[in-house]
Parts: sequence; C-alpha cells; structure tokens
Amino acid sequence: MSAFFSPFISKPDTVERIMLKVLMALLPGIAMYVWNFGPAILVSITLASITALGTEAVMLRLRNRPIAPFLKDNSALLTAWLLALSIPPLAPWWLVVVGTAFSISVAKHLYGGLGNNLFNPAMVGFAVLIVSFPVQMTQWLTPHGLGQIDLSFAAQLKYMFFGVLPQHVTLDAITMATPLDTLKTHLHLDKHVNEILGMPIYGRLAGRGSELVSWGFLFGGLYLLASRIINWHIPVAYLCTLFVTAGIFHLADPDHYVAPLFHWFSGAAIIGAFFILTDPVSSPTTKNGRIIFAMMAGVITYLIRAFGSFPDGTAFATLLMNICVPLIVLYTQPKVFGKKTKVSSKKGD
Amino acid sequence: MRTLHKFHGGIHPLSNKSQSTQNRIAQPGLPSRLVIPFQQHAGEAAKPVVLEGDYVLKGQLIGMPEGFISSAIHAPTSGTIAALESQQIAHPSGLPDLCAILLPDGKDEWIKCEKTEYRSNTPEQLRQKLRMAGVVGQGGAAFPSDVKLKLGMHKVKTLILNGAECEPYITCDDILMRERAPEIVQGAEILSFILAAEKVLIGIEDNKPEAIAAMRIAVTDSGNAFEVVVIPTIYPGGGVKQLIKVLTDLEVPSGKLPAEIGIQCFNVATAFSAWRAITHGEPLLSRIVTVTGNVRRAQNFEALIGTPVNELIAQAGELPGSNGYIMGGPMMGMRLPSASVPLVKASNCIIVASEELFPPAPPTQPCIRCTRCTEVCPVNLQPQDLYWFAKAKEFGKAQTFSLFDCIECGACSYVCPSHIPLVQYYRFAKSEIRERTQEKHSADRARERHEFREYRIEREKQEKAEKLAAKERAALAAKESAAKSAEPIRQEVVLQKE
Repeated sequence: MSAFFSPFISKPDTVERIMLKVLMALLPGIAMYVWNFGPAILVSITLASITALGTEAVMLRLRNRPIAPFLKDNSALLTAWLLALSIPPLAPWWLVVVGTAFSISVAKHLYGGLGNNLFNPAMVGFAVLIVSFPVQMTQWLTPHGLGQIDLSFAAQLKYMFFGVLPQHVTLDAITMATPLDTLKTHLHLDKHVNEILGMPIYGRLAGRGSELVSWGFLFGGLYLLASRIINWHIPVAYLCTLFVTAGIFHLADPDHYVAPLFHWFSGAAIIGAFFILTDPVSSPTTKNGRIIFAMMAGVITYLIRAFGSFPDGTAFATLLMNICVPLIVLYTQPKVFGKKTKVSSKKGD
Repeated sequence: MRTLHKFHGGIHPLSNKSQSTQNRIAQPGLPSRLVIPFQQHAGEAAKPVVLEGDYVLKGQLIGMPEGFISSAIHAPTSGTIAALESQQIAHPSGLPDLCAILLPDGKDEWIKCEKTEYRSNTPEQLRQKLRMAGVVGQGGAAFPSDVKLKLGMHKVKTLILNGAECEPYITCDDILMRERAPEIVQGAEILSFILAAEKVLIGIEDNKPEAIAAMRIAVTDSGNAFEVVVIPTIYPGGGVKQLIKVLTDLEVPSGKLPAEIGIQCFNVATAFSAWRAITHGEPLLSRIVTVTGNVRRAQNFEALIGTPVNELIAQAGELPGSNGYIMGGPMMGMRLPSASVPLVKASNCIIVASEELFPPAPPTQPCIRCTRCTEVCPVNLQPQDLYWFAKAKEFGKAQTFSLFDCIECGACSYVCPSHIPLVQYYRFAKSEIRERTQEKHSADRARERHEFREYRIEREKQEKAEKLAAKERAALAAKESAAKSAEPIRQEVVLQKE
C-alpha cells in the first residue's frame, strides 16, 4: 500500500492506455488509406511520430520536466498521427516535420504541456501548414486505379524526400484536388452537383477511396464509443448538425448543394467527429457544453465547406470552437445534488 | 413495491466482502489492556470522571458528556484505570489524544443495569438514556444519536435505517443484520417511537441476500409495518443523502440536514445499540468490526471499544507481507499510524493491507480533462475543475463550484486515469477555506472592536466638548450681565484647547 490517504484502490487505467486505444482506433482508417492510396501515408506517420517524440523531449528538457514518463504517455504520438493523416501523403518531408514540431512545441508545450492546451495541437499544426504552404497542402494522391500512373512506393519516397519525380511523370498525373475541393471548384464553374458527382473521382457517397477511409475511421470511432473512451455527445451532435444543415441547403437547392451524406464521408468529418473534436483537453467537460460545442462546430464546418475559401472546414471549426470552450463550460454547469439552481457565474471571481 | 430512484454517478469497485462473511460473529477474548479515548464521537470530548488507580466495573461511566453535542464513555470491562494519558489514536491528524488505560481484571463484572420498557418512557427520557449510554452513529461519523433524535422545529416523518454498507471489504452491518435482525428491528421501533415517525424504511444493497431475508423475517415477526427496501449495489449508495435520494427521490438541500426535509437516518448498528441501551440498560461497550485483508481468517468480531487493533488482527491471523493497516473501507478509510491504536465506536473495519491487495498506484500524470470523475461524482460536481481551483488556490472559485458539497467519497480518485489524489486536493482546499474564514472572522471581530473603541472615544470626546460648551454658555450668560468686553475671545481660546 503506497497511498497515505483514501481511496486506497483505483482503476488500473492510465493516460497512456487511453491514448494507445485511440491510436489503435485509428488503425482501420489508416488501413483503408494504405489500401486505397498506397503506403506513403505510413512514411508520413512515422516521420511525424519521430518528430513529435523528438520535439516533446526537447520541450520537456527546456521546461525542466521529466522526459521519460511524458514520452511514454502516447499523447505526442496521437497528435502526430492526426496531423500526418491531415497532410497529403506525398507532401515533402519537411512539411510534416514543420507541422508536427509546431504542434508539439507551440500548441502543446507553450500552453503548459499535456492537459493545458487550449487548442487541439494537431489542428493548430494543420492550420499553420494550410495557411503557409497551400500548394503543398493540396497535392493529394489519386486513389489506385484512377490516375494515369500509379507511382511505385520507391518513387513516392524519392519524391517526398528529394522532390524528384520519375522522368515523364508530372505531379498532376499522380495527384488531384480532394473530392471536396473538386466539388467546390466545379460549382464555381456553374456546374450542377449531379454533373460533378458523375466524375470518376466520386464513388458511392463521396470521393472514391476517401469515402472508404472515412468508413475506416467511423469503425474506429464506434470502437472508441463502445470502450467508453469518448462519449456520444460530440460525434452525434456534430454529425447530426452537419447532416441537418447540409440537408436543408440540399433540399432547397439540390443542384448547388450536395447531399448530407457526401459531407459525412468527405474530408475530415468522420475523423473530426470521433477523434479530433473529442480531444478531452480542448473540448468542453459538461455534457450540454459538448453538444453545443459540437453543434456549432458542425455549422461552422458546413459554412466553410459551402461558402468559405477552404475546401474543408473541420480543422477551423475545431479551432474556433476551442476558443469558446471556457465560456461554454461556464454556462452549462449541471445542477449540483441538493442545489436548486445551477452554478451562477455571478459569484465567481 | 417502492419505486427506487437514482443518484448521479457512482462506481462498482470489487466488493471483497465474501471473505469475511464465511464465519459467524466471533467473540475475541479479553484484551490485555484497553485504551479508551474520551473523544470518540463528533462534538465535545467527554470529561473524565475517574481517577488513575480507580477500580471500575463493566459499563461504569468514565467520561461524562460535556456540551450539547457530546456522548458518554464507559468502561468496557471491569478492571483498574492504570492511567489517564495521551495516546496515539486513529485520527487523520495523527495527534495523540486523552485516553483512559484500563487493565482488565478478567472478571468482566457488570455494573447494575437498569432495564426498561421503552414505551413507559417519554422520548426525552429515552434521549437522555441514549446520551448517557454513549450511543453514537456507527456508520462512521460517530455523531451522538440523541442529538439526531431531538425534536426540533422539523417534524421527522420518515426514519431510514441504513443497511446499505456500500464500501468494499466492510461486512459488519451485513453480519449484524444476518445474526441480530430482531434486535435491530426493535431498535428501529425505539428510534421511531422517539421521533414519532410515520414510516420506517430499511435500505439494504442487493448484494446482501441473507441480511435482507433475515431483516424481512424480523420485521414480519415484530408486526411492524416497516419496509425492507432492496437497493442496487453501487458506491456510494450508503451515503446518507444518496440513500435518501434512492429511497424517496428527495434531495437533501445543499448545506442542510436530512431532518429539515422530514427524514432521519440511522445505521443498523446504531439501532442495535439503541435497543441494547434502552431495553437492557447496557451502554455502548462493544461493536462489530470486520477484520479482513491480508489475514488468515477474515471475519467479524464483537470487540470491546478500546481493544488495540493489533490484538484483533492477531486473532484473525496476520499473514506475512502486510504493509499497512486501514481503519474503515478502502474508499474513505484512513491509514493507521500504527496497529496499536485502539478500536473506537466508529471503527467498522480493519483492513490489513499488502502489496498484492493494494498494488501501488501508477505515478500521477497531468489531468487530461477526460471527465471520468464527472461521470462518477454522486453529487454531480465537476471534480476536474475543483482540482484545478484547489491546485491554483483559487478558493473562491472552488466554493462557487460547490466544493463544500463534496462528500469525499473518493469515486473521482478511483476512476482517475491520471491517478491524481483528487480527494486530497479537496480536503486541502476545504481546510484552507475554513482556516481563512476563521481568520477573517477573528480579524473582522478585532476590526469591529477597534472601530467601536474609536467610536466610543470619539463619542466621549464629543460629549465632553458639549458639556464644556454648555458650561461655557452658562458661564457666558452669567458673565454677560456683569462684564461685556473680552469674554468672547477667552471662550474661543478655551474651545481651541479642547
């Protein structure tokens, strides 16, 4: 018995086990990614992981914190994986490194390290990259069987690390805009939704290949729900709001607004709903707060997708809503046992 | 069937109760010596009424209740008071307290006990008897029972007997209900008579089928309309406010007592002691205590108050590898400073700890706001925020977020994946706030006294000046008629001096 004060028993859960489960839950989505787009993503994930652990160690050292226990908590790895998954797999190596290093050093450690970050670190890294390096951030791989050429893995590596493509291969031949991006571009060209969705890059519900990746993340997300790592409030509220908002526009003008299921299975909607918005540190701690947070994130995501200048809106919706978390939490305090009213903010100093 | 209600949260730790319910209540032999603290209850300590060297009989009063919230202390067996001195006791502060050391003479000779039929007494007489019999709550808080039975401005309609016993390992109430159900029911009758309660509910968690059966038979046999209610097993379902919520759907308002909503709650063991005290005139000299954990024969003893804990552990057969002793349960109990401390009226359980039974918790990590604590909090607090406030010493905010509604059940710490000793932070914040409130209170009083003194001096000065002025005016008026030349100037000089 090591404890001096009660309780003397506790559940064996630890932070690293929770983080590890979240990492495992990402595996089905990653598997679908590899299946449809080739193994290049595994290289980015590895690169991001190494960078994250390195940056974490340096920052811990600078902050005079013990290094080994924090490196083992898997939280830096999770940030790395989420960021790597939101960067085009063919992106040059330094893009992954810069983004991950920024996520860990600025968004995580400058805010006080694990548990203290106001913003989701991976999304901060993503935002920095998409604003600073928009060209590199839009070179997405074409799914297998769609492009003119399938680049070999060795050739992909060569491009990532040295920026050299095989002779007679242009970048355009192996990359494309994301399904969301393509939709947006073509809508601006006054094409109708049905016309656009008839393009070969689209599958049953959304982008070919990428919709399967979303299914993979949905599968992993349901595992997180089932193992009670996350609660239903955020994913359900987020996806429902996205669905309803998209549905309203779609019903009003189906030629110019794509169906809600397309929104679910495009871009970062699913991974955002289950893995990003649910980050406990940067999301509200109250149930009602989570619902409000996720609903507003859903609306913002849709607005950015339909009317903004970026193809996807999940990352910015997450960051914008992260700012609102303290306020949301303050006004959604549950009723304490034996108290008539909820906590009032009046008495707080 | 009564409709049951739910309170928020709660946990399901391993119960570890079956180990100690295999045997009947055991009677340990007379210990070599008894150490009887004079402060075993909430409120004022009892005042010693024996001297060193006195010979006392079993049941003889040795500590007189002092003050409204206090209780009597008795000699648990016959023998000689060897000393009245400070001894280490089971208290979280670790500070020693005044105890009587009693050396048993082995005769176990009783003092004369006055048996009564409770109906021939007035409630007030019964209350006095309970006070003088040293009957206090045996669920853990050791609050003097007579105080809870005082009929104040709140009419108690419902009497609840708490047989929930929700903490792991503890089985003393379970075994008592199994073996002495009729006596408990009669005790409930007495308590209900004093309160003139309309309804008696006996709440027992569904992991105690034998106790439930025994209590049901006892209630039926007694002919009372008491209701034995089976409640779901969930920690902390035996917390007073939680139990009341489950049984009646009423929430005791924050900072109020159950009596204020017409409910009074007693532990089953308290009812048993009340029966003994009234019907047999026997004061509270012993209690059932579970001795479990790293011992050969985990079991319940009917042990004398004051028995050194290590003598009980020895009788249960301590196994090698023990590394500490817990008094109470693993959720809310306290680690004993040593196993030689005496058993007191509140001691329901002694757990011998070992590395195997209580593996060291993983190292503390930062809070990741996962809100597992929020999900299990029976009071529906935001433990992760309270932790933050306590750590940052933002005590005002902690209070705003209902820190003082925390019942320190430990459910939050139990589920915390970062293994933060959350309850310790709340205890720290509470004691800091109490201390500051006290300091502020005395500072306020000092300031008030000072201000009043200033005011008084000022007032006296003013009165003096007025008197003088009046005098002057009188003098002036007198002199005016005589001499009318330099007087006004003189008057001014005088006033300036003042």
